[in-house]
Amino acid sequence: MRFAVIVFPGSNCDADMYYAVQDQLQAEVTYVPHTATQLNDIDAVLIPGGFSYGDYLRTGAIARFAPIMPAIIDFANNGGLVLGVCNGFQILTEAGLLPGALHENKDLAFICKDVQLTVANPNTPFSNRFEKDEVITLPVAHGEGNYYCDAETLAQLEANHQIVFRYQDNPNGSVADIAGICNERGNVLGMMPHPERAVEAILGNTDGQRLLSSLLQ
Amino acid sequence: MYLAKIYVTYKPSILDPKGESIKAALHRMDYSQVENVTMGKYFELQLAADTKDVDAVVKALCDQLLVNVNMETYRYEIEEVEMA
Repeated sequence: MRFAVIVFPGSNCDADMYYAVQDQLQAEVTYVPHTATQLNDIDAVLIPGGFSYGDYLRTGAIARFAPIMPAIIDFANNGGLVLGVCNGFQILTEAGLLPGALHENKDLAFICKDVQLTVANPNTPFSNRFEKDEVITLPVAHGEGNYYCDAETLAQLEANHQIVFRYQDNPNGSVADIAGICNERGNVLGMMPHPERAVEAILGNTDGQRLLSSLLQ
Repeated sequence: MYLAKIYVTYKPSILDPKGESIKAALHRMDYSQVENVTMGKYFELQLAADTKDVDAVVKALCDQLLVNVNMETYRYEIEEVEMA
């Protein structure tokens, strides 16, 4: 299985993601720059956290029009696995691959801490190593992780089991405690918490390793 | 040429934490008559004089890039201006 880590100007979790896949999953991984226009021999796309294009305009708004994005959208529409973390989640909503939007945390603070999440749907390619309603811990680090969607969209998310992770103690004001959602087909996941920062026992947490290794199944 | 002035704000249904924070500060300053604060974005775009259907162009670029219609709403004014 071959992973791609997309690198935008301002991505800053790309090296962590690369390391998590290469050293912890022991899978093949390559960086793909924002200027590329094709994804060759890629089985899963990872869109890392950071501040692509300085978060100018809105988080993810400029990245959505980067040269690589049409290839990612095609890849996703053909059923390819796409995981967007933090800024990656913001980019996926801006690109229309996931519904809703992310905006400022309700208390305006940048939140950087471990949070507990409930696994709401373990039947996705990203969560199949977890049990339903299992509580896991992952770090968050964001200023704009406040997920918003309208009531109709939320009802669809609930009905289709697209809410994959929920906060136990909602830190940012997200609708319905949403920490991560997938698309209807289940092949695109966006989440604010950082699995790539929780991949080693020596650093105290391997829940992120379990999440990423779900992709290998 | 044309000058488009574009105003973007959150939809009323969405929490505007910056607006709320500013309102709280105003209330601390005893401006208790301030009942609501909305903070948004303002853009000025200059468009070439020979732009066809300038209204449609401005609307399209708002919908595609300047505005996230999931959570924001916008209005704009278009003026014809002399070349600077």
